[in-house]
Amino acid sequence: MANFEFVLPPAPTKDIKVGLGDGDLVKRSASTVSPPAKALTPVAKLIDVSKCIGCKACEVACLEWNDKRTPVGVNVGSYDFPPDLTPDMFTVMKFTEWVNPETKNLEWLIRKDGCMHCEDPGCLKACPAPGAIVQYSNGIVDFDHDKCIGCGYCVKGCPFNIPRISEVDHKAYKCTLCSDRVAVGQGPACAHACPTHAIVFGTKDEMKKHADDRIKDLKSRGFANAGLYDPPGVGGTHVMYVLHHADQPQIYANLPKDPRISPIVELWKGMTKYAGLAAMGAFAVIGLVHHVVTGANRVSPEDEANAEKLTGDRR
Amino acid sequence: MTTYDVESGDQVHPGQPVTVDRYTAGARLNHWITAISLVLLALSGLALFTPSLYFLTGLFGGGQWTRTIHPWIGVVLFVSFFGLFVRFWRANLWKAEDGTWMARLRDVIGGHEENLPEVGKYNAGQKVVFWAMSILILVLIVSGFAIWDQYFAQYTTIDQKRWAVLIHAMAAVTIICVWIVHVYAAIWVRGTIGAMTKGQVTGGWAWRHHRKWLRELVSKK
Repeated sequence: MANFEFVLPPAPTKDIKVGLGDGDLVKRSASTVSPPAKALTPVAKLIDVSKCIGCKACEVACLEWNDKRTPVGVNVGSYDFPPDLTPDMFTVMKFTEWVNPETKNLEWLIRKDGCMHCEDPGCLKACPAPGAIVQYSNGIVDFDHDKCIGCGYCVKGCPFNIPRISEVDHKAYKCTLCSDRVAVGQGPACAHACPTHAIVFGTKDEMKKHADDRIKDLKSRGFANAGLYDPPGVGGTHVMYVLHHADQPQIYANLPKDPRISPIVELWKGMTKYAGLAAMGAFAVIGLVHHVVTGANRVSPEDEANAEKLTGDRR
Repeated sequence: MTTYDVESGDQVHPGQPVTVDRYTAGARLNHWITAISLVLLALSGLALFTPSLYFLTGLFGGGQWTRTIHPWIGVVLFVSFFGLFVRFWRANLWKAEDGTWMARLRDVIGGHEENLPEVGKYNAGQKVVFWAMSILILVLIVSGFAIWDQYFAQYTTIDQKRWAVLIHAMAAVTIICVWIVHVYAAIWVRGTIGAMTKGQVTGGWAWRHHRKWLRELVSKK
């Protein structure tokens, strides 16, 4: 393969099983599910940051497909618009002007921000509402708005600061990885709209293979630290990045270097829950046992007589 | 002798049996508003604490309503408890006999009142409950505001919210345990509940459990 040949992503896979239903759930918030009899092939969206031109076609496609609108805003000093994710904006291009200390070159880093669809989703772990957050066996993490109670626990669980709570209906919103499109064999709207194939979608294996080709190409162009962002701290993600500087993801608008579910959240949802229930139960049981063993603490007739004597003396 | 062990409205009525006014109507109303709030907070909070109790959201009209109403009940509790705090804090100051009482906890649990020092309006156990409630309610309201995202989301960082939600859960578990002690003690020590319903206890009850307080009331007459 010639180094500088333009490598096209693989054609959309046709055998991605369609129709995501309750039978395809591997995780369900605040519930236990039995694993599906037949797991779907894991899918992934690969975002090649090195190929992104910042055109925002993906943002528009996302708004269109999800039937969302975002109000006209103001310039905040960069191309980021809106400046951050909102309940209506599931993806935002984050523009970073970075001077490479080695080459002194100004590099314009453009990262498409949005839900990473973690294999071990912190939002789902934190969610108290049964079934409000689900994970399908193909890896997609989805919010079920009928069941969402708007508590914002997912915001605390997420290592990437993704979910946003709507002030209109008080429910959490984020990228669905176009689960409704994937369910009928289509790729996500953003990938469909991307003019440079910076966003591609397919099975996770295919995407990793494609990423390898891209990383080889980038390395041949002098990006020695080019690599794949598929962070193991969250069990890998179903949205992955090809980064020219994979050794320092934080330069891409603070993409976390080693994301994982916060230990505070783990403690809250783990030990605290079990120890707390045990403690409350123990106190109630100790009270019951104590009463059975010692019996009621009753005032005796002598106590009453003593009180009468005391008050009588002073009358 | 200082008399801050006696609260306003406390009074002895000689007779057979002797009756003692322990809580005014205002204090009782104040107490029951706090009590109802605390129970509702525990139920709605536990519903979001563990999936096995999520069904409790049904009592509040579903998950969204539970999430909406819980912090407001918290505000009611805080204001209401503040009233109790103002009423009761002086009589709950720690005294010399409280240390002795605590050291003889074995006799307390065994019901051997005769081995315990005479105590004022509140014994050391009640004082511990009072101060634990005061501190925990303060912790709960502060951490609660930090996770009341509907109105206050922008005032804390996500990491602060994570700490707040953990502290809120731990403080809530602790206060429920304190509450169990409080309710159990009121049931176990017969004749106590009348103090918060009718406002009165018998002289014998006061003699047995709060003799110093009774003596003080009698000497005041």
